[in-house]
Amino acid sequence: MAGPAIEVRDLVAHYGSRLILDRVNLNVGQSEIMVIMGGSGSGKSTLLRHLLGLNIPTRGSIRLLGQDITTASADQLQALRKNMGVSFQGGALFSSMSVAENVMLPLREHTKLDLQTMRIMAGMKLEVVRLGGFGDLNPSQLSGGMIKRAALARAIVMDPKLLFFDEPSAGLDPVVSAELDELILKLRDSMQMTIVVVTHELDSAFKIADRITVLDHGKILLSGTVDEVRSSSNERIQDLLNRRPREEEIDADAYLRRLTGG
Amino acid sequence: MAEGSAGPLVQSLERLGRVCVELIEEFGYYLALSIECVYWIGWGGARRQPVRLSATVQQMVEIGLAGLPIVFMLSFAIGVMLAIQGIHTLKQFGAETQVVLGIALSVTREFGPLITGILVAGRSGSALAARIGTMTVNQEIDALRVMGINPVRYLVSPVLVAMLVMMPLLTLFSDYASLIGGAVFCKLELGLSYRAYWDQATGFLALNDLMQGLAKSLVFALVIALVGVTNGFAVAGGAEGVGKATTRAVVLSISYIVLADMLFTYFLNR
Repeated sequence: MAGPAIEVRDLVAHYGSRLILDRVNLNVGQSEIMVIMGGSGSGKSTLLRHLLGLNIPTRGSIRLLGQDITTASADQLQALRKNMGVSFQGGALFSSMSVAENVMLPLREHTKLDLQTMRIMAGMKLEVVRLGGFGDLNPSQLSGGMIKRAALARAIVMDPKLLFFDEPSAGLDPVVSAELDELILKLRDSMQMTIVVVTHELDSAFKIADRITVLDHGKILLSGTVDEVRSSSNERIQDLLNRRPREEEIDADAYLRRLTGG
Repeated sequence: MAEGSAGPLVQSLERLGRVCVELIEEFGYYLALSIECVYWIGWGGARRQPVRLSATVQQMVEIGLAGLPIVFMLSFAIGVMLAIQGIHTLKQFGAETQVVLGIALSVTREFGPLITGILVAGRSGSALAARIGTMTVNQEIDALRVMGINPVRYLVSPVLVAMLVMMPLLTLFSDYASLIGGAVFCKLELGLSYRAYWDQATGFLALNDLMQGLAKSLVFALVIALVGVTNGFAVAGGAEGVGKATTRAVVLSISYIVLADMLFTYFLNR
């Protein structure tokens, strides 16, 4: 299929009456690794939720694999979701099931394969993320890095065309986090997946990204290659890159209004 | 009228209005949720997303089988209490032996379903709210949705089916346990033989009495499932939120059960 794998047009989203995303435009090409970067509260998590079809936008369109998910029917969305894999920040493994059962769940629900085949497929994916032999454990018995890898195995078990990864390195030590980065690169190279990673870790972002989108206060500051981001003259981007505290101008009138609550 | 200058009457009216709107909203949600459940139970198979029998059976075991000992204990105790009170009251008319009538009728029509409802709300309603609440907090519900697994079909429908099947059965069991409790006390106090007690009790009871209790138990089942699930899905704010939702689910479902019981009894006995 030609054309971008993900195409976001003029996405506007509110949380209550608060504006979270302001006319966001984003293209992700086939087999591209796009890293969405931004500080806390920049709207990057909200953008991800919209890409996953978990939130309904105020305005704008989101096309995944050519299908607009804001207008798709339940069945179309269902079909599309078999082509999507998501690894959530905390793993979101089902605590009532073993690791292998977690990985098998999408197969169980979407295919008519027999149990033995599903076991083998789940075992293969667990090998890919180097968790072979851990399938019988419960999620509560896994370390933070293992949970992320198990979640990744579950996300790729249906061999999706789109893979979304929320904060792969949050809460992990540098070595484990580097291993996950390698894994993401390997997946793209071997399975030609389009991968969207949301993170605030610079090292990780620069290592894996084909292109980086920097989000700030719900607006896209820049979408470009690693070098373009590094050499950007934008002040906020340089703040993020150099870990500088932001220097906000203080508006005296607004400050007074906030304090007096008027 | 300028903002903030409204009188206390207007303010309390406004608050009342808000509470009413929230209540209507909540009941609308219950209705929508139950319709969706029924949809998945009826047509899920046709859309290749069936409600799983194994999950339903598992819920039945958790709600029903695991609840048997406690239901038996409390129902037995209720039967004994009814016998004590009944004998005490009827003694004044010298009609102690009529106590069986009182026990049989009040147990099947009232106490059986009520005590079962309250127990199941405390045991299973809270567990339900806690389980779904924890899943919401851990993004497990989101994970289900992005996998294309509808959370209502996968999590709620099995619970609803299990509740609707197990509540009447538990209620029957509770009726029986209470009658046994009454029999034991009557034997000790009045020397009434079990045989005579049983014959009297079954002689008084009409099918209608049992049915009234069972119909109530179905309503209670619906209340417990819907309130538990709704509060679970509405959890926000981590572990503390789960605790609050659990408490709210139990208190609300027990309140609804008692209120529904009153209305039911009133209309069924006109």
